[in-house]
Amino acid sequence: MPDGESDITALDSPSRGDAPSLDNDKLQEMYRQMVLCRTLDERIWMLNRQGKAAIVASSQGHEAAQIGSVWALRLGHDHLYIYYRDLAVLLSAGMTPREIMLGFLAKAGEPLSGARQFPTHGAYPKHRIYNFSNVVATHIPQAVGAALASRMRGEDSVVVAYFGDGASSMGDCHEAMNFAGVHKLPVIFFCENNRFAISVPLSKQMAVDGIAHRAEGYGMPGVQVDGRDIFAVYEATSEAVSRARSGQGPTLIEAMVERYLPHTSDDDDLRYRTREEIEEARKSDPLKIFKEQLMRQGILTEETDNVMHDDAKREVNEATESVEAAAYTGTEGFYDHVYSPPGGAP
Amino acid sequence: MVRDERVFVMGEDVGARGGVFLATDGFLAEFGEARVIDTPLAESSIAGIAVGAAVNGMRPIAEIEFADFIWPTINQLVGEAARIRYGSNGQVCAPLVVRAPYGGGVRGALYHSQSVEAYFAHAPGLTVVTPATPYDAKGLLKSAIRSNDPVIFLEHKRTYRMVKGEVPESEYTVPLGAADVKRQGADVSVITYGLMVHHCMEAANELAGEGIDAEVVDLRTVRPLDNETMLGSVEKTGKALIVHEDNKAGGIGAEVAAIISEEAFDHLDGPVTRLAGPEVPAMPFSPPLEDMFMLNSAKIADAVRRLAQY
Repeated sequence: MPDGESDITALDSPSRGDAPSLDNDKLQEMYRQMVLCRTLDERIWMLNRQGKAAIVASSQGHEAAQIGSVWALRLGHDHLYIYYRDLAVLLSAGMTPREIMLGFLAKAGEPLSGARQFPTHGAYPKHRIYNFSNVVATHIPQAVGAALASRMRGEDSVVVAYFGDGASSMGDCHEAMNFAGVHKLPVIFFCENNRFAISVPLSKQMAVDGIAHRAEGYGMPGVQVDGRDIFAVYEATSEAVSRARSGQGPTLIEAMVERYLPHTSDDDDLRYRTREEIEEARKSDPLKIFKEQLMRQGILTEETDNVMHDDAKREVNEATESVEAAAYTGTEGFYDHVYSPPGGAP
Repeated sequence: MVRDERVFVMGEDVGARGGVFLATDGFLAEFGEARVIDTPLAESSIAGIAVGAAVNGMRPIAEIEFADFIWPTINQLVGEAARIRYGSNGQVCAPLVVRAPYGGGVRGALYHSQSVEAYFAHAPGLTVVTPATPYDAKGLLKSAIRSNDPVIFLEHKRTYRMVKGEVPESEYTVPLGAADVKRQGADVSVITYGLMVHHCMEAANELAGEGIDAEVVDLRTVRPLDNETMLGSVEKTGKALIVHEDNKAGGIGAEVAAIISEEAFDHLDGPVTRLAGPEVPAMPFSPPLEDMFMLNSAKIADAVRRLAQY
């Protein structure tokens, strides 16, 4: 794959829309989530430019990969070890725009870390969402450990480790996949490959055209899917989930996606990409693709699409207003939770 | 492991081999492969997998074969385990134990002799334990496993064979973060931990014949430190000597000395003194070189004598 140029050709994949277990209501809900995520993401980016949100890593372009994979899971049962670009995973797994916004504006009541961490980081045990670290790939062995624990207790939960192509270069990624392969653990390694580790293109990260090839070396299947096609992602993840849940071990999924915005709000991607290249990538926007798919199948109309956009905007407006009016996290708990409380409570 | 099904061991050679120092000898036969996990030779993931298992409700005991090989785990232990509770605002914790044989005097040279405690003791959120006696080792290990925080459990390799002591079969624990006065004395407080406890005891016994009554304080846990016991001893004797095998700069002794200077200044009757390993990168192999690095009871006795003269 040449640098900075999309080579994804699976857009006309015959699997599109054939996923049997997704009825029309579910498909509409998936679409609603994608619209909501894009609306929220754009708002947060705007809040950054207004000086209100200190740091943003946008998920724009990754949404189909994230939502499609989450829908293949059993929420509240399976474990999500996510990374910083997984806004759509958070929404799809059950977090509200307001809860997410509390993180971006570092306000009191932020559920993941009490606004101690960067936005979207921390833990949400109810949803089994874990995103402890900013250090890429450190969560991949942790995800494997979580899977080991579940299996030791005889549970059938699956762990998904989300990470970017950049993280795939880390030793922890290799060590984790190797261990999961040896022990046939119920893990899905879900790589969102947008071909850039901040500014470093794929050709300077690896000598091959993607990471799915590596799966063979770990004794697990590796599949590359068009991450802009929510159906392709859903199907690939569903298959991986069923393998994992039935004791057949891990799968490496590489979802090929585009990153429409700079690495974070502190990055200037025009130093290493052209405007034309990004515009070209936007032509295959996952939101647009999903809309066309649903309209073709008669599941969505322009009218319902407009309603969903209006609803999303209203929900994001409400979240923004409410969180902007909220207080910052107070300092009264600054020293809490360094060590466990005396008396043995965890 | 008998008491709590959540406890399991993992590490290099912990299974059929029983650990390179036989710490898990017989475990495989008793507990089976599911709870005695031989891992690939990959320390970062040994720690990282233990972190993930701990977050998901287990009590892993991860073994790092030699403390000298622990550096790849720093990111998972200092960067991750230590701050999971803080970074999740108390919603999640990582109750794991990392056991690692450390220390020199065993002809281990640069890569099988190192003391690593100071690196971990710097990290709020970690507990760092350095037992000196078999009795303490058992009681502290039980407390470490039952702790809801990540514990780095450092066992001095020389004590494996050199030190013998009674270990009751019965159930008991030794609390984390509590020092132990191993020898009462009136003249000088010798504050130490690990193998050096034994050398300090030997020195103290020798000095008793010279009329110097040294008190030996075994820290047992170097993070968090037991300020109360340390300061109580120094307030009594007015003199503090801190002894450790690890090199001096930025070591545990620096922290102990600072605490004493800050908190017990009015009681001091001599300079807070450190006797520690030399400032070379690690312990050399050849016996004369190794001897030059290592502290012993004679070197410690000399230091106590000098301090006692004040």
